[in-house]
Amino acid sequence: MKINKKIAVSESGFVFDSSTGDSFSVNPLGIEIIGMVRDNKTEDDIRKILSEKYEVSVPVLEKSLSDFIGSLRSAKIIED
Amino acid sequence: MAKLHFERPIIKKLNVGISNKFGSKTEFEPITEIDGVDIKELIVKYGSPLFIISEKTIRETYREAKQTFESRFPKVQFAWSYKTNYLDAVCKVFHQEGSWAEVVSRFEYEKALENGMPGNKIIFNGPDKTEDDLKIAIENESYIHIDHFDELYSIMNLSEHLKKKPKVAIRVNMDTGVYPMWDRFGFNYENGEAWEAINKILMNDKLELVGLHTHIGTFMLSANAYHIAASKLADLAYHIKKKYNHTIQYIDMGGGFASKNTLKGAYLSGLDTSPTFNDYAEAISSALLNSEIPPDSLPMLILETGRALIDDAGSLAGSVIAIKKLSDGRRSTIVDFGVNILFTSFWYEHKVTPAQGFTQYSETSSMYGPLCMNIDVIRETITLPPLKKGDNLVVSRIGAYNMTQWMQFITLRPKVVMIDLNGTTHIIRNNESLKDVKGLESVPEHLKKISK
Amino acid sequence: MEKKKITIAATGLNNIDNPGPGVPFIRGVRESKEFDSRIIGLAYENLEPGIYMHNLIDKSYQIPYPSSGSDVLLRRIEYINKIEKIDVLIPNFDAELYTFMKSSDKLKEMGISTFLPTLEQFEERHKSVLPEFGKKYDIKVPGSKTIFSEREIPDLVNEYKYPMLVKGKYYDAYVAYTPEQVRMYMNKISSKWGLPIIIQEFVVGTEVNVVALGDGNGITIGAVPMRKQYITDKGKAWAGITLDDTNLLEITNKIISKTKWRGGMELEMIKTNEDDYYLIEINPRLPAWVYLSVGAGQNLPEALVKLALGEKVEPMTKYKNGTLFIRYSYDLICDISEFEKLTLNGEL
Repeated sequence: MKINKKIAVSESGFVFDSSTGDSFSVNPLGIEIIGMVRDNKTEDDIRKILSEKYEVSVPVLEKSLSDFIGSLRSAKIIED
Repeated sequence: MAKLHFERPIIKKLNVGISNKFGSKTEFEPITEIDGVDIKELIVKYGSPLFIISEKTIRETYREAKQTFESRFPKVQFAWSYKTNYLDAVCKVFHQEGSWAEVVSRFEYEKALENGMPGNKIIFNGPDKTEDDLKIAIENESYIHIDHFDELYSIMNLSEHLKKKPKVAIRVNMDTGVYPMWDRFGFNYENGEAWEAINKILMNDKLELVGLHTHIGTFMLSANAYHIAASKLADLAYHIKKKYNHTIQYIDMGGGFASKNTLKGAYLSGLDTSPTFNDYAEAISSALLNSEIPPDSLPMLILETGRALIDDAGSLAGSVIAIKKLSDGRRSTIVDFGVNILFTSFWYEHKVTPAQGFTQYSETSSMYGPLCMNIDVIRETITLPPLKKGDNLVVSRIGAYNMTQWMQFITLRPKVVMIDLNGTTHIIRNNESLKDVKGLESVPEHLKKISK
Repeated sequence: MEKKKITIAATGLNNIDNPGPGVPFIRGVRESKEFDSRIIGLAYENLEPGIYMHNLIDKSYQIPYPSSGSDVLLRRIEYINKIEKIDVLIPNFDAELYTFMKSSDKLKEMGISTFLPTLEQFEERHKSVLPEFGKKYDIKVPGSKTIFSEREIPDLVNEYKYPMLVKGKYYDAYVAYTPEQVRMYMNKISSKWGLPIIIQEFVVGTEVNVVALGDGNGITIGAVPMRKQYITDKGKAWAGITLDDTNLLEITNKIISKTKWRGGMELEMIKTNEDDYYLIEINPRLPAWVYLSVGAGQNLPEALVKLALGEKVEPMTKYKNGTLFIRYSYDLICDISEFEKLTLNGEL
């Protein structure tokens, strides 16, 4: 997983794609996850880190994470 | 180290023009308790979904309405509209507060009797009353509101064989400037039918005409329509006095007051647009006080308002079953309460609030019930904080009609609890079991075995 | 003379092809010789151009749509007021007026003055009750009928001839030549603004408009008549010219004095070839072309602010005939970071 080079993410959660002009807003956990993808972490790594840090059941975490990464893919924020 | 609260990660495309409310902040607070009772604890104890009725809210709303009308008009009597919510515990609260009963079927009539209402505090409305129903009502000295000429003749006929003189009122329909006009119930004012029915009753001595009744519509957003209706009934009462020297004991303005719910298709919130009790009371009492009826023979004013008295007192707590993505990327939230128990979703934009804290982020989704049926939609679109499976929600203002129009469809109906004035919770209707439903069925002998 | 320092909040910053009155209103206030104002823009949507016009508007805040209810709106305004100490708030959208009128007492408690029509004035000038309005105040109006359902469409022909106007409760109006078109426009309008739909008799003539201001006691503080010179495909004025039309001013004075109109208003009238005037609509606020009144010599925005502050305002009766306005578009340039700030924080 790689973050599209044309994507700028601000600390406030504003995501701007300079190649398409699209902008998005992301909540804090979303920013955290995008940051981890940028640091070349895999989905597995991310899941492990989050499950240690947050009060959440495994199925909910797995589903939420894959859902979010799916959204990032369809928004072309993540390229493979 | 304690783990942090998990809020599902979300990303939202910023659409030009339709950004959400202000910045990304969601617009309301969570509902974590009702009358001091924790919602999550209620769900753990009684299951999800769960209907919750606040006795405190019923009494407060009733007293507010009563006081508002009584401060404007000398004689006011409320009659609890059973069809709006006929759970016994709910009816009893209204009866304790001094409400009579207003019923529209034998089933409701008997419920009212069993709830301790004497016959002469029951108003029997509706187009379907059998001869037997009428007989019982006459013997109990209940007020029979006549809907059509067939009924009028039946009562006249019955009265010849009964000792008691039936106490009747006629239901009148009329043009109040609100359309479509409700003209299927009662006798029409404008074409003279109502006056004709009155003449038929008063020309012979078989029935006692005690009242005049109207019910101009439902969820009436115009208080002025009640002004027009009350003027027309007062006019009838005045002419009855003039022609027959007969005094009408009461004018029954029926119900139809809107609650604070927002109707589908309305642009502004019902909280802002629905008339208040003040508005309705002013419209009705000014019409009666300014009519030609002399002050010393003013009739009693009966009100059968249901929705506006009970909607706020009812809430439905439930849970998120799943969060899904639809084919076009839209979100959908599936919850464990559907249109089977929340019938009013068909006409309200129900207010749905998370029962746990949340941040300022929000996303828009459709909200679907649990039924495997396409019509099971609670909200076409709703903006809520990111929810996850197992989160709890509260639907507010659902006390009216849901607990009577609900269906035993696909699944069983949940418990209804009432929180009393001390904050103690009571089950006032248990959840249905397979046995309850199957108990009414029987299988012919030859179908009992499915294998030969 | 020392200029008085005040803070004015205004909505309607959508200065687009179908413009709101906020920006022209603010231009009027900016030209005041009496006020030195700090202007707070209140915006519903994140691309309302006014938000980015920093020479006109000092700071903008996003506010919730009127449909979220007055509670939510008031909470937001309370927050803004804590920072800005608003003296006067001027709403400029039809759809939000009801909510602001209902909230005007609570705004007053926060120290915010408004100058809005009363609920009664607002209700009785609704398009759906225009015939009653005409009867009550002896003003000619075209026939109109409120409909709730498509089933009522076939019978319309018994009342009016085609074409007829199909109008929404707040906005939108279309000319329909067939029942099919009525149905189409009805669906289009109701999906956006809800029911009912108003069907209006089509009166042939020239449309003339008046921007006016009533003091709430029956006095016309100012009034300027205008005829649109050119109309955009959305039916909005592209250019317009002030008129010397005493009949029109008389009708305006009559309406204001009989209704004791409080606040800004726009009258839309049709002048027929026989010189009859039909009232089509009363918009209960200043219109988007209000700056023409400023240009012609009547600063109605300034006068409205003074009325809101409870100051005495002398009626203005003169204006320059033949003053033209020509609307133009202008491309503002700004960095995406401004959009980001507004969208994420709700203020800029």
